[in-house]
Amino acid sequence: MTKNLSKIDPGVKDALLDATPVQRALLSEPRSWRRNIIVLVILGALLAWSSSAVDLANMTEGGMKIVNNIFSGLIHPDKALLFSLSEKSVAYLLFETICIAFLGTLVGAVLAVPLAFVSATNIVPAPLALIGRTVLMAIRTVPVMVYGLMFMRVTGPGPFAGLMTMGLASIGMVAKMYIEYIEDLDTRILESLDAAGCTLFQKIRFGIIAQLIPDFLSTIIYRFDMNLRDATVLGLVGAGGIGAPLIFAMQAYRWSEAGAILWGLLLLILMIEVASTRIRVKLAQG
Amino acid sequence: MTTVPTAVKATSDTSEHRVVVGAKLTRFDQIFKPTKSYLADGTEVWEPRSRVPIILIFVLAFSVLSIYMTDFSLTVLVTRGKQFFVIIGNMFPPNWNYWHKVLGPLLDTIKMSVIGSFTGAVLAIPLAVVASSNMVRNKVVLMVARGILAVVRTLPSLITALIATFVFGLGTMAGTIAIGLFTFSYLGKQLYEMIETADMGPDEAMIALGATRPATFWTAIMPQVLPAYLSASLYCFEGNVRYAAILGYVGAGGIGLTLNENVQWRQYPNVGMVFVLLFATVVFIEWISHYLRKKLT
Repeated sequence: MTKNLSKIDPGVKDALLDATPVQRALLSEPRSWRRNIIVLVILGALLAWSSSAVDLANMTEGGMKIVNNIFSGLIHPDKALLFSLSEKSVAYLLFETICIAFLGTLVGAVLAVPLAFVSATNIVPAPLALIGRTVLMAIRTVPVMVYGLMFMRVTGPGPFAGLMTMGLASIGMVAKMYIEYIEDLDTRILESLDAAGCTLFQKIRFGIIAQLIPDFLSTIIYRFDMNLRDATVLGLVGAGGIGAPLIFAMQAYRWSEAGAILWGLLLLILMIEVASTRIRVKLAQG
Repeated sequence: MTTVPTAVKATSDTSEHRVVVGAKLTRFDQIFKPTKSYLADGTEVWEPRSRVPIILIFVLAFSVLSIYMTDFSLTVLVTRGKQFFVIIGNMFPPNWNYWHKVLGPLLDTIKMSVIGSFTGAVLAIPLAVVASSNMVRNKVVLMVARGILAVVRTLPSLITALIATFVFGLGTMAGTIAIGLFTFSYLGKQLYEMIETADMGPDEAMIALGATRPATFWTAIMPQVLPAYLSASLYCFEGNVRYAAILGYVGAGGIGLTLNENVQWRQYPNVGMVFVLLFATVVFIEWISHYLRKKLT
């Protein structure tokens, strides 16, 4: 109690000395109003500064009309597009998108493993880890479609470019998560395996891989989920998937077509999300 | 699905063996029978077969299908791989004199992220409360609130931004709306999960003393979830700065607009400069956010 008293205002200190335990607990609560005011002032200043981003000058008069059109497109989607199975149908495009996201995630997840190990501070010396982290951060900074443009030079437009883009874009985030798990490795398990006379291979198999696999898998599944959402971005640069048809349809105001694609996309993402959450909960529970 | 009792019944005739089965037997275990072994005291232990082979086969099959669908080819990668670095090579050295043209849009991007994240984070609070099963007992209300969050979360931000440019015109407003909506849906989900896992003891005590729901939320639940909520908001803001760079591509203002222009004019040294500044900004913001989040926990 006396230790805590030194941090409290002198005025409160006197009151504390002849107070009941309940009063004492109440009075010795940390008084952080000064800090709170500073935080609020900074936040207020930031908000005031950034309020110029809210700018309604460019608002078009037809805005509400377009909102109406979007909703009517969603209510009356292009059924031919939605239910046929040709190369331009929603089902085909969605499947292509799934394939891009799946293989892209796989490529990224595999490439991220060595990168994560050389960036973990408990595996390599700190300067090397710092370099690894900086590279990973740089990879994450470049927007996805710029990678798309770069890969387009290699593979030409199409799903192949999209898949490579997804792979590269995944590395940054997946490796970052891997690093955290690697740094959280419980080394006591390795010690006990050592004490039991395990070989190096056995230690890796039962001591390290067994600890990492559930978290790694969980990360990969989460990233697959994200890649599927981000796949629309690929459409911007013509790297395959469902993004391009959707954006073209919207920019040409063909709302029933856009509605059909949006319905397909929303359903797919929701389904994948439910499935991925289930698997990840299972993984977390072991 | 067969449950444990049948498994016990099957071996109970032998009476000296006790069966220990931890998990439920799924259909998988009925096809591929678990291996049995006996411990020294006669306890029978079942080890279910590993699922790894089946999962591997599935992943492999889907990979082959995906390779076929996406025209993946290693030879192209190997032979033409160096083309990838042509653009990167052209970005260096960056055009350092270009910074004054980057600064304005970059600040716009940060502004969009700040105000969008803040608005989204604040608006997420009431909906998250309504979507938590320990705050609201009405199933219909819960379903509606969670449905709204799920649908908004599912809409790709790029599409939201595109729609916003139709409604609010080209410029930062559209980007702000897209960022706000994304933050709203992401934090809404995070927050209702936090509220649902909060300790309800203080809340019950206050209810017993006659406090109202809003009062208990403010005094009993809020202090429990506030640090995690603020931390998640900061994390979201961090990601938003990075994501805002993409939004400019559909005309939603900020640095993405500058980036898009220069990429289309093939002014790669300028693109390099954009990346240098963007990287510096992201590092700076991540550093601040990391520091603040560490303080919060």
